[in-house]
Amino acid sequence: MTTIESHKVATDSGVGVSAQRPDAIPKVTGEFVFSSDLSSQNMLWGRTLRSPHSSARIRNIDYSEALAISGVHAILTATDVPGKNLFGLDHPDQPVLADDIVRYAGEPIAIVAAEHPEIAAKAIGAINVDFEILTPLVDSEIAITAEPIHPEGNVIRHLEIDYGDPNASGEVIVEGTYEVGMQDQAFMGTESGMAVPSSDGSVDLFISTQWLHSDRNQIIEALDLPEDMVRLTLAGVGGAFGGREDVSMHVHLCMLALHTGRPVKMVYDRNESFLGHVHRHPAKIWYRHHANRDGRIVKVEGKIILDGGAYASTTSAVLANACCFSTGPYNVANAQIEGWGVRTNNPPCGAMRGFGNVQTCFAIEAQMDKVATALNVDPIELRLRNALKTGDKIITGQTITGAAPVKEVITSLAGHPMPEPAEDNLLARPGGTGRTSDQKHIKRGIGFAVSIKNLMFAEGFDDSSEALCRVNDGAVAIHTACVEVGQGFVTLVQQIAEEVLGISDIEIIPADTSIGSAGSTSASRQTWMSGGAVLKACEAVVKNLTEQIEREEGVKFQNIDGTLVSEDGATTIPIEEALRGRSLEEKVVHHHAPTFPLNEKGQGNAHVSFAFAAHRAVVDVDQELGLVRVIEIATSQDVGRILNPLQAVGQIEGGIAQGLGLAVLEELIMKDGVIQNANFTDYLLPTALDTPPIEIASLIEEPEPGAPFGAKGIGEPPTISSTPAIVAAIRDATGLDLRRVPVRPEDIALE
Amino acid sequence: MSDITEPHLMVNGTKFTIDDSWLGESLLYTLREQLGLYGSKNACEQGECGSCSIMFDEALVCSCLVLTGNAVGREIQTIESLAPDGSLSDIQQAFVDVGAIQCGFCTPGLLVTIKDFLESNAEPTDLEIREAISGNLCRCTGYGRIVEAVRVASKASEGTEETLNDND
Repeated sequence: MTTIESHKVATDSGVGVSAQRPDAIPKVTGEFVFSSDLSSQNMLWGRTLRSPHSSARIRNIDYSEALAISGVHAILTATDVPGKNLFGLDHPDQPVLADDIVRYAGEPIAIVAAEHPEIAAKAIGAINVDFEILTPLVDSEIAITAEPIHPEGNVIRHLEIDYGDPNASGEVIVEGTYEVGMQDQAFMGTESGMAVPSSDGSVDLFISTQWLHSDRNQIIEALDLPEDMVRLTLAGVGGAFGGREDVSMHVHLCMLALHTGRPVKMVYDRNESFLGHVHRHPAKIWYRHHANRDGRIVKVEGKIILDGGAYASTTSAVLANACCFSTGPYNVANAQIEGWGVRTNNPPCGAMRGFGNVQTCFAIEAQMDKVATALNVDPIELRLRNALKTGDKIITGQTITGAAPVKEVITSLAGHPMPEPAEDNLLARPGGTGRTSDQKHIKRGIGFAVSIKNLMFAEGFDDSSEALCRVNDGAVAIHTACVEVGQGFVTLVQQIAEEVLGISDIEIIPADTSIGSAGSTSASRQTWMSGGAVLKACEAVVKNLTEQIEREEGVKFQNIDGTLVSEDGATTIPIEEALRGRSLEEKVVHHHAPTFPLNEKGQGNAHVSFAFAAHRAVVDVDQELGLVRVIEIATSQDVGRILNPLQAVGQIEGGIAQGLGLAVLEELIMKDGVIQNANFTDYLLPTALDTPPIEIASLIEEPEPGAPFGAKGIGEPPTISSTPAIVAAIRDATGLDLRRVPVRPEDIALE
Repeated sequence: MSDITEPHLMVNGTKFTIDDSWLGESLLYTLREQLGLYGSKNACEQGECGSCSIMFDEALVCSCLVLTGNAVGREIQTIESLAPDGSLSDIQQAFVDVGAIQCGFCTPGLLVTIKDFLESNAEPTDLEIREAISGNLCRCTGYGRIVEAVRVASKASEGTEETLNDND
């Protein structure tokens, strides 16, 4: 709490105001340089040959014809990987280039560098691969016991949580099975980057990513180069949402650049982007909820299967989240949960906003509504009766010591006014201007859902971020390796530095690997971790400054709201003024409180902090046609403290739109492990007409102990409970069961 | 035919000779990789996302769907024309002020689209705004701040008109 109290609430600058993004103007003029905008003299274009089959043996690769094409400079395969032909975010289990086996459709087999992207494409088309096609393993449930498709076996992780009394039972039992389809991050800027070789055999990689140091550590293993020979610099990122946490083209670009001795640029097209990154894990979930007539949830039994696809990525951690929070933001005394993260010949799945909590939240919230019906209790009242609060335990036995305003988010949202009936405008009807939806068939429904999300990495991971604060004659520069993906960390850097140093002109040194790791821009962690590191670095500069002045003046000084005041009160110097004419530099590494692994019963203090949100959806449905229009989403969220109101609203609105996508639009459709809709014509992202106005009923500011300024990460909760709220609203309008997302027209019209 | 043997493009009022280009390239590729005008973005390259929106004579088009050869002799306006002297247009300023920017990849295409839209509809309703930008995908914002920016910009242009009227 001292961290929070030692900082003033800013009125017109620093932390707490809607400061303008430092990259706002270049982004509106088109001058901001994204990774796809890079170019270099003498540059070649890279391209990847990917497997069209989800399971096959490679008998032979013949690229002699392709290499003979004028303008083609290199074609590389598995045998050209200089180091280990394996990489992986959690552990290395995925080939850089497929050797003898391909395990998913889209797996890279060969890479090409050519003078023009069209020549590179032509060369890719001229490579002949002789495949022996195998039967793919595509069912995640069968995968548990099926013949292994990978030397490590099919079960990436099996996790059991055994909490409380396994024999406990409730007066009412409600059971259900649920399914979540494969969602894609679908960031707008596809994977892209450029590698530039040096004459000493080292390489610079300019890349859009979420975690420079993890990338670097995987690249050096594959290239068999020491750390200092592979330098990464962040190139402008066009969104991420988890999909850039894994290595994609990184090693390929470096290999081509080192091989040709020329800069090589790659830009995935949209089709390749869908093939080239991990997706949200599809899930099969079974729940049995036991409740008593007094409205208390007595026990939850659950089985959760996540389809990790061919390679591990972050499946272990996603499964841990799915299981640890499988009873939702509710105080449940007894739980028996079993989860599997499995390998199949489907595309690899990994991080996406919400990270495991999305899947189980959809099922939990459906169960809560069923329990409410069975008990004849109002669904909101049921949630209030079971809401977690500070001091309660979650099912891993961990006590929530921080803020847990679950009741507050529920009650503030429940009291928010309902929207007006939709105007009678064709555009406002389900299905829009298709003009097929008949006003008299449209029914309105309302749904409510609540979520919990853990903040930051878990299970004992040493999670840290390094920051440098340099002041040179009053000019401030801040350096971290924290990746800006669009969320606005760069704005917070300026706000935090200004808050501490009183100087508004802050230079942000580009994120690269010349400073220590900042960890990933994921898990709602960077405000806390890298924001915290920046805060500490700036505070260290002030401490150093204070000591210098004390030596000069021979009297003790105290920092009071940005002014150094001498013990005798005779001298007062604003920090901003005191910094003029001085050179000071401090570098600090910031850690959060330690976490611990889960034991064999799934028990342990594995998590740092928790954030909560509630969503209320209002929908109009034409049941005959299966068409849904989401009229409004209202939300209340536990935010700790708002550091930049405008950016907070942006995170909430954007997160909800992705939750809406999973509820009614977005799914990668698979056939025998092959994605059928890897393009924006058939993978439906919410447009401005699909996305309704978002009403923010309340942002609950209960400062989080240990968090810089008391602020919780806010990026993920909006995506988690918005989906179940929308589906609950469709159930309310139609009376249908709807156990699968996304809800498709046929799920409504043909039931 | 002389345009084909000595092709040039008129972009943002400037004549560019493109003798180094292949006329079968998309106009988006030529703008970006040959002329160095990287403001128009390549997010889907099949006309679904609007990130590469430009003005082609008087028409709003996705430049990824136009062949460079077909652009010879046409007037092309890109995002780079919105603030030619460095001072932001009303819609650009509104994007900055109301927080309509996150990653920014969809932003140039949206701005070109909205500028065109506001020229034909100075006082749009929210639903009209949403329809006008429904051909531009944004994955970060959920569109709320973008709709707000259009509202603000349309009011700003109203304000300009009023000022002009006052001067009359």
